[in-house]
Amino acid sequence: MSYAIALRCRKCGREYPLEPLNLCDFCFSPLEVSYDYKSVAKAVSREKIAEGPPSMWRYRDLLPVDDDIVDIGTGFTPLVKADNLGQELGLEKLYIKNDCLNPTYSFKDRVVSVAITKAREFGFDTVACASTGNLAASVAAHAAKANIKSYVFVPSDVEPGKLTGIAIYNPVLVTVKGSYDDVNRLCSQLAQRYNWGFININLRPYYAEGSKTLGYEVAEQLGWRTPDCVVAPAASGLLFTRIWKSLDELAMLGLIEPVNTHMYVTQASGSSPIVNAFEAGVHHVHPVKSETIAKSIAIGNPADGYYALSVARQSGGGACAVTDEEIIYGMKLLAQTEGIFAEAVGGVVVGALRKLTASGAIKRDELTVAVITGAGPRTQDIISDIVRPFAIQPSLESFVEVLGV
Amino acid sequence: MTKKQVMFTFPPELIKEPIIYNLGQQFKIVTNIRRADVNGDKGWVVLELEGEGEDIERGIAWVTGKGVRVDPVGGDIVEG
Repeated sequence: MSYAIALRCRKCGREYPLEPLNLCDFCFSPLEVSYDYKSVAKAVSREKIAEGPPSMWRYRDLLPVDDDIVDIGTGFTPLVKADNLGQELGLEKLYIKNDCLNPTYSFKDRVVSVAITKAREFGFDTVACASTGNLAASVAAHAAKANIKSYVFVPSDVEPGKLTGIAIYNPVLVTVKGSYDDVNRLCSQLAQRYNWGFININLRPYYAEGSKTLGYEVAEQLGWRTPDCVVAPAASGLLFTRIWKSLDELAMLGLIEPVNTHMYVTQASGSSPIVNAFEAGVHHVHPVKSETIAKSIAIGNPADGYYALSVARQSGGGACAVTDEEIIYGMKLLAQTEGIFAEAVGGVVVGALRKLTASGAIKRDELTVAVITGAGPRTQDIISDIVRPFAIQPSLESFVEVLGV
Repeated sequence: MTKKQVMFTFPPELIKEPIIYNLGQQFKIVTNIRRADVNGDKGWVVLELEGEGEDIERGIAWVTGKGVRVDPVGGDIVEG
C-alpha cells in the first residue's frame, strides 16, 4: 500500500478521496496528492533508496501507487557535469539532467508511468490524452505495456515525423482538424462523455506526482544535496512545481539538509504567460496565444501557472523567456559543447541559462542544474538548415580539392 | 441540463460591461462565480455555467465574440 492519504485542493485545502478527480468542487482549483509523511519517514532511508531499482521506481514510497507498476524502464537518467557548456557560459559547477534518455525520449515517461499504473488500479480499460508529440508517444507506449487501449488526439497540423513515433505503439491515433483551442474543447467534452482514464484530466493529480522523481534523482546524484540553482522549462508549470515539491519532501523526511535552491522558470517568449506574470509582479497568470517553435511547451493557459510563479518567487529564483532565435542557438550550443541533442525546449533552457548567467542572476560558483526534458530527433525539422555537407567524388583528389586540407 | 466550468479573462475595455449578467439573461444560463480578481486594467473570473448544452455553447460563442477569452478551468488539455 502507498502512503497517499487523500487528494487536497491546492487553493482552499478541502480534501477528497483518492479517486480519478482533478478539480476541487468548490473553487475549481487543482487537487494534489497528500501523504502520511510520518509513516513515510519511518519507511525511507538513503540506504533503502540506493538498494532500489536503477529507475524512477526506487522512490516508490513517495509515489501514490498501490498495485503492480507499469514500467518501461523510466528514470535514473544521467546527471552530467557539463564543463564545456559551463566554460562557455561562465559557470564552474554546471550539471545537465538529461531526461532525453527516457524510453520514449522525454520526461513525460515519468508522469505517464504513474498515471497508467493508477488507471489500471482504478479499473479503466481505456486511457486517453491530447498531445502534440511527447505525451502522446509516452501514453501509447505505456498503454501497450499495460495491455490497455489508448486513444491519442493530435492536432491535424502536427509534423508527420511525430506521428510515426506515436503510431509505432499502435494506439487509436486521431488527428483533429481545427485550432489548438478546438482540440482543447473537444477533449474536454470527451472527458465528460466517456469513462476513460484521461491522463492529464481525471488522472492529473497522480500524473503530476511522477515528475517529483526527477528532483529526487538530482538530489541523490549530487550525493544527497540540493543544487544552488535549478533552471527548468515550464509549459503547464507542473514539472517545475514538482521539482520544488520533491526537494521540499526530501528535506522534510530528513534525507537532505533544508532546501536553499533558487528555482528559475524558463519559457519561449512566444508562449510565456508565467514569465510575463513574474516580470509584471502580479499574482495571476493571464493566458496568452502561443506562437513558438518550442511546440512541446506552447501552453497559453497553464494549469499550474500560479503555483510555478509562486515557486519562482518563494525560492528567490526568477523567470526568463527566450526568442526562437535564442532557442536555436541554445540547441546548437548544447549539442556542440556537451554532445546532447535536445528538442527545442532544451534550447529554451540553455538560452535562458545564458541570459541568467550574463545578467549575474546565477553566479559563477553556484552549483546549477539545467533540466533537459526531451530529445531532439522528434523536432529536427526546425534546424534542418544546419545540414550543409561537403559533396565530393569518391577520390582523394576530390577530397583535397573540395575541403582544402 | 449541463454544467460547464470555465475561466473568463476580460480585456480592459470590457471591465465596465455587465457581460456575465447579460450572458445569464440572454441565454438562460445560470452563472455561479467561484473565484475572481478584477481591477481597473484586467479581470478574470472562474465560474460554472448551468443550462441547456446548446445555450451554453451559444453563450460562450457570444462572450468570445465580445472579446472575452474563454478557457477551461483546468488549464489547456493539449500538452507537448
